[in-house]
This record gives sequence, C-alpha cells and structure tokens, in this order.
Amino acid sequence: MVPTSYYLVLSAILFGLGIVAFVFKRNIITIFMSIELMLNAVNLAFVAFSRALGRPDGEVFVLFVIVVAAAEAAVGLGIIILTARNRRSLNVERVDLLKL
Amino acid sequence: MPILENLWIIPLLPLLGSAINGLLGSKWSKSLVNSVALGSTGISFVCAIEAVREFLGYYEEHHQAFVKQFFDWIVAYNDARFGFDLQIDQLTVVMLLVVTGVGFLIHIYSTGYMAHEEGYYRFFSYLNLFMFFMLILVLAANYVLLFVGWEGVGLCSYLLIGFYFLRKSAADAGKKAFIVNRIGDFGFMLGMFLLFRTFHTLDFTTLFAQAATLPPDAMGQFGTITIACLLLFMGATGKSAQIPLYVWLPDAMEGPTPVSALIHAATMVTAGVYVVARSHVLFTHAPSAMYVVAIIGCATAFFAATIGLVQSDIKKVLAYSTVSQLGYMFLACGVGAFGAGIFHLMTHAFFKALLFLSAGSVIHAVGGNQDMWTMGGLKKKIKITYWCMLFGTIAIAGFFPFAAFFSKDAILFAAFNHEPAGKVLYVVGLLAAVLTSFYMFRLIWLTFYGEARYDEHKVHVHESPFNMTVPLMILAVLALTGGWFALPALFGGKDYFAEFLSPVFGAVTEAGAESAASLEHILSGVAMLAAASGLAVAWRMYNKKVEQGQSTGLHKLLYNKYYVDEAYQAVVVGPLMWLSRNILWKVVDAGIIDGTVNGVAHGASGIGDVVRHTQSGNTRSYAVWVIVGALVIFGIVFWPLLHPTVVGGVR
Amino acid sequence: MSATLIVFFVLAALAVLGAVNLIVQRHPIHSALSLIVVMVALAGLYLLLGAEFVAAVQIIVYGGAIMVLFTFVIMLLNAGEEEHTNFSKLANIAGIPLAVAIAGFIAATIVHSGQPLPPAAAQGSLTNTKTLSMMIFRDFVYPFELTSFLILVAILGAIVLAQRER
Repeated sequence: MVPTSYYLVLSAILFGLGIVAFVFKRNIITIFMSIELMLNAVNLAFVAFSRALGRPDGEVFVLFVIVVAAAEAAVGLGIIILTARNRRSLNVERVDLLKL
Repeated sequence: MPILENLWIIPLLPLLGSAINGLLGSKWSKSLVNSVALGSTGISFVCAIEAVREFLGYYEEHHQAFVKQFFDWIVAYNDARFGFDLQIDQLTVVMLLVVTGVGFLIHIYSTGYMAHEEGYYRFFSYLNLFMFFMLILVLAANYVLLFVGWEGVGLCSYLLIGFYFLRKSAADAGKKAFIVNRIGDFGFMLGMFLLFRTFHTLDFTTLFAQAATLPPDAMGQFGTITIACLLLFMGATGKSAQIPLYVWLPDAMEGPTPVSALIHAATMVTAGVYVVARSHVLFTHAPSAMYVVAIIGCATAFFAATIGLVQSDIKKVLAYSTVSQLGYMFLACGVGAFGAGIFHLMTHAFFKALLFLSAGSVIHAVGGNQDMWTMGGLKKKIKITYWCMLFGTIAIAGFFPFAAFFSKDAILFAAFNHEPAGKVLYVVGLLAAVLTSFYMFRLIWLTFYGEARYDEHKVHVHESPFNMTVPLMILAVLALTGGWFALPALFGGKDYFAEFLSPVFGAVTEAGAESAASLEHILSGVAMLAAASGLAVAWRMYNKKVEQGQSTGLHKLLYNKYYVDEAYQAVVVGPLMWLSRNILWKVVDAGIIDGTVNGVAHGASGIGDVVRHTQSGNTRSYAVWVIVGALVIFGIVFWPLLHPTVVGGVR
Repeated sequence: MSATLIVFFVLAALAVLGAVNLIVQRHPIHSALSLIVVMVALAGLYLLLGAEFVAAVQIIVYGGAIMVLFTFVIMLLNAGEEEHTNFSKLANIAGIPLAVAIAGFIAATIVHSGQPLPPAAAQGSLTNTKTLSMMIFRDFVYPFELTSFLILVAILGAIVLAQRER
C-alpha cells in the first residue's frame, strides 16, 4: 500500500523542480517545457486524490488539463517561433525591450 | 421722520464719496474731487443736524433712545443675532455733531493744505472712508457694529499716517499704529466675548438693561463685569493712546497735518472715551475697573505732559498734548463724571483741531519745516494763524471764559470729590494742567516771538489761503464759546450740557449744597492760578533770545520720551522678531512644514527609486516575482494549516 | 516492503531524475528527451494508481503529440546550446530558495492536513473508461465542448502565428 501522501510529496518535488527550471534556464523552449513539467506534477496530484477519495472527478479534470496543455503548447510554440525570428535568438534574456 | 428712519444715509454718503473718489478720482481735476469729497461730508453734516432735530422731537414723545434695526448681519444658533442697527440718543447727538461738523471743517482746510500734493484724490478718498467708519462707530447700536467701525478707523488711520508711503518713517509709523491698536483690540474682543457669554446679547439697550439689574462688584473684587470692563478699557487704551499703548500717537505725526487734526485729535482717539462712556452702566457696576481707568488716565495726563515740555517738533508737542488731554477724559470717566468727560471730549475736539490746523498753517507758511527751533518772529507775518493759535492755546490752558476752563474744571472738581484717594488724583491733574499751560505757551513763544531763527532768504513766509484760514477762524470761535453751555452753572444756574446728557448718564447729582458750590468756585480759582503760573514761567524763560541748548540729564530723559520706545523694542519687539525669525520661520516653516511636504515628495521618489528595479526588463526576474507572488498567496490561504508546522518544527 | 512500494519508488526516482536532467542539460533537445522520460514515468505511476485511461492518454497525447511538437520546433529553429548570459542577479540568488520554499510549503501542507487519506491502491478499477466517458459527456459536457472550441482556436492561432510573412 502506497500512502497517498507519498504521491503528493512527489508531486510537490516535481513542481519545485519545474520552478527551478523555470527560473534558471535561458532557452525559451526549455522554459516552456518546465511549464509542462509543472502541469504534469499537478496532474499526478489530481489522480492521487481521485484514487484516494474514490471519485472519478479528478481523472476527468486531468483529461481536461491535458487538452488545455496541448492547446497552449501549440499556440505558445507559434509565438516562440515568431519571437525567435524577430530577435534572432532563443535566449530569453535578449528579450528586454521593456527595460526601464 | 425721514432722516431718522433712514439713519444709514449719514454714514453712506461719505462712503459713496470715498468710493467715487477712489475709483475715478485719479483722472479728475482737483475741483471735481473736492466737490465730491466736500459734498458728501457736507450733506452728511446737514443730515446729521436734521437727524438731531428729529430725534429731539422723538424724545419729547417717547423719552427713550431711538433704535432702528436695518438688517440682520450675523444670525447664529442659540438665537444670537447681531444686526446692522443704528441708534441715536443724547450721547450720540454730541458725537455725531462733533464728528460731522469738525470733519467737514477739516475737509475744507485740506483742500488748501494738500493742494500741491501727489495723490490728492487718494487723500480725500481715505478721509471720506474714515468718516464712514467713524460714523458707523458712533451710530452703532451694538458692540459688534461698533467694533466694525473701530477696526475701520484703525485701518484708515494706517492708510492716512502712511500717506507719504514712499518715506520709510511714514510707512513704519503707519504699521506701528495699526499693530499697537491691534493689541488693544485683542482686549476689546475678549471683553466682547465675555459680555456675550454673560448676557447673551451685545445690543446696547438689552445689555445695559440686564446689567443694571445686577448687583455691582465690590471694590477689589474681580467679577465678570469688572474683567469685561477692564478688557474693554484695554481696547480703549490702544485706540485712545493711554499708558501703555500710547506709543503710536507721536509717530503718527508722520501723516499730513489735517489727518493729525481729524483722526488723532478730534475724532478717532476719542473713540475709546466714547466706548467707556457708552458702557457706563457696566463701569459703574465695577468700581475696581473705574479706579483703574481713573489712575491710568491721570498718570497718562501727567506723564505725557512731562514729555511735551521739551519737544522741538511743533506737531510732537501737540501729539503729547493730545495724549495728556485724553488722560483727562479717562480720569473724568474713572471718577464717574461721564458727562464731564464727554464735555471735555467736545471742547478738546474744537481746540485741538484748531491747534493742529494752525500748526499746519505755520508749517505751510515756513515751507514744510516743523522744528520750532528754526522758527521765531512769525507773529507779524502770519497774523491770522497767530491769533487762531493763540486762541487755541488759551483754550487748552484753561483760562476763563474759553472752552476748556469749564470742562477741565468739571473734571478736576469731580476728581476732588471722589472717594478714595480723589485728592491725589486732583493734585496730579492740577500739576498736569500747570505743565500743559507751560508747554503750550512755550510753543507760542518759540514759534511766533523773538527773532527769526530761519534763513530769511530761503524761506518766504506767507499767510495761508482763505480755504485754510476760514475753518481756523470758525474753530477759534468754537474754542471760545464751546464751553458756554456750562457757563450758567458757575453762577448758580443750570449746567445745560450735563442736563442734556442726563437721560444717558443719569440725573445730574445736585452737588451738595452751598458748600459744594463754593468749593467749586475755589477750585476754579485754583485752576486759573495753575494756568497763569504756567504762562508766567513760559514768559520768563522764552521771552528773550533763546537757542537750543545741550540736552543733558533730566532734559535728555524727557526729550527721548523716557526711552519707552526703546524699552518696548528691547522687551517686546526684539524677542518677538527673534522668535519669528529663528523659530517660526527657520524651524517651523522651512523645517517642519516645507520639510514635511518636500519630505513626502522625496519619500515618493525614493520609494520609486527602489521599486523601479523590479522593472528590469529581464524575463527571468519577472519569473522570480511570479513565484514570489504565488508563494505569498499560498501562505495567506494555507496559514491556518501551516503554522503548527512552522512553529513546532517538522514532524 | 510490498511490490507496489518498490515500483513506486523506482518510478518516482525515474521521474525526479528526468526532471533534474532537464535542468542540467544545456541543449534543449536533451531537455525534451528528459521530459519524455518524466512523462513515461508518470504514466507508470498512473497505472499504479489504477487510472489506465489517463495513463494511456498521457502517453498518446503528451508524449506522442506535445513532445513531438516540441521536438519539431527545436529542429525548426535550429536551437543550439544555450548561451551563458547572466543578466538577472535576482534569479540566481532567489531561485533555489524560492523553489525549496514552495515545495516545502506544499509538502508540509499535505503532510499535516486534517484527516489522513486512505492509501491509494489499485483495488480494482474504480474508474474505467465507461465511467469516465459517462462523466465527461454527461456531467461535464459543457466544459468538454468548450475545450473542443479551445482546440479549434489554438489551431487557427498557431497557423496564423507561424505563417510566413506575405
């Protein structure tokens, strides 16, 4: 028997690692991937709770999250392509036109 | 009763004259300005006479003062109402005729005296404005409206003293007058507040009716009425130049001579006496206050006379003489002889205006010079002025049958009979009379007799034009005859003046029996002797070739006015200026107030300086801020669950 | 030590190692591959929890579509190794502490929350595809329709964005 809290703690760890990647990586695409990682961590938490509470609602929500993540990935990558064309660089620190 | 119903027309006419001259007069010719100024004052004088006539008829029927409420000015909660109410009673009659009559004569005189001055129209505008405020003051039926007039005459005094505003000494004198007056006004206002709090009204008729029913304060007891009277008197010392607030009057001689005559001799300075006389119901209920009034009046009379002994400026002598004579009026009020005080007010208006206008004529004759030590021998050259001035001097010295003999005599007699310490007051008052006679005749000798001490080639002495000499002559006649109202009393008849004022001040006390009458005769004789002795000493000292000597010792002390101005400067003005400059300005204004405002601005820009670093344009920093925000929200939402963990350690 | 527990730890370690590798790698394609590893591990965990359908969807959609999309974009843009710029001092200083803080808070909240949850075990499939589809198409039909609309919008947006300039 795996206690639920183990899954949840794993979810928290993955979420934290996603944040680290979000803050420290410089490549736009890698940052985007870290967002996907965070979403996955949340999905894990949902499924764990769904199992623990015995209700299917959690899994349904997970499906919706996956769908939304897919749509978001599509649009987001489109934007990344445009930005990369304009700035000719994938380094997020080069996108600093709003600097005061 | 057309005028009586519309009493407002009496003050309004000079106000209109002032406004018209002030706004339009700069482009007009002198004769047009004259006609507006003289016309408004003259018609006002005629209306005043008519109002007096109507009032006498009214009094025959109703036997009370005539009060008319025109409109509500201030209506506050608790039924406090202060209105534009005017009243006439016998006291007002005297004041009204003096103000409008003497005022009109001085206006005529000014057309000659100021003929060559810049700002001619401005002078008459201010003079008319002064008449307006003074008339409001004497016609007011409550203390609030009186105070409006009080403040207004102070304002006009400032404007007129500083008429030659390009001269620093004149501007300073104007400021000094206004500021010293203000100190007195502070007391006056406190007095008004106290009266209102006690009686819930400031209308004369209602207030005095209520006060009359109250028991009088005992001597030495500082009850409410005594304190209110003392506060009102503080205002009177400011306006009427008594100790300790007289210091502005000698400096006020910087103004043109007609101003000195009208404001600082005949009318404005008498406002304090008028207020004390008007409030006689309150004062008679406060013996301590009356005593203070008498003592200050007497002391001022003597003190100012001593300073006047040695002055060399002709107008300064007359200024100190005014302060001294005002002291007599307050002495009269202080011993309960209000009627005598008002009588002296009237006669003083005549002879003091005469003296000032004559002095102005002399100054005009010698081309603007005011120093008596550079005059002399003018008697043959300006005859009319000489005779008028002589009439005024004889009057002020108190020789029979000139005006001041009767009024001064009445005052000294009342002082003599007063309990307690009346004899002391009498003696000091008598001494002051001796000194008065002396310094006035000294003035005559120095100015008109002896050899000419001026350069005859530079100064062309000429008599003044007729628009200056005619008012002089009219005033001279009044100075002679003005006291004859009381003449019959000397021979056992009635004192008409006191009887006229009796509805206001109460019945004329039958001054005892035969003994009192003979006492009065004796005292009159003593007064004449006092005047004669002053004359004799002046004759002895000055009826020969004289020159200004060195000023040493006592002479120096008197010449420098006992260094009172310097004392005030050191004790009051100096510390105040230091306080204003170093504390109120540097610390409070520049430091605290400006500092706070500027500090807020600096703070805002300082915060901005720090916070702007968040807007670095760097996406990774923004990412960090997002995480921080998420952390904060998480903490807020889950704190109840979390704090056992944080506090108790991780299990 | 039951078998499920061991499997759990293995899959958990795999997921965490994949995530760490994502951070450590410098070339984005390596990070993408690491992410795929994480997703497969998570799919395994879903299986362990008895959510087969979700596991399958995870592999097909996430692993098979989204990550392929990422890979294609990396190829399209010729993404090379990361530059080593370092403009943000704040991120360097505050990054790790913040991550630890959030993870710690979440974990603490979970561990110390109210009643303990029953253990999650695959005691028969509580939910099967049939139950799930009933829920989706009956109880959550509106969100379902909205998400389909969302996908349409996303497609259009992606096409518009990535067009060549005319």
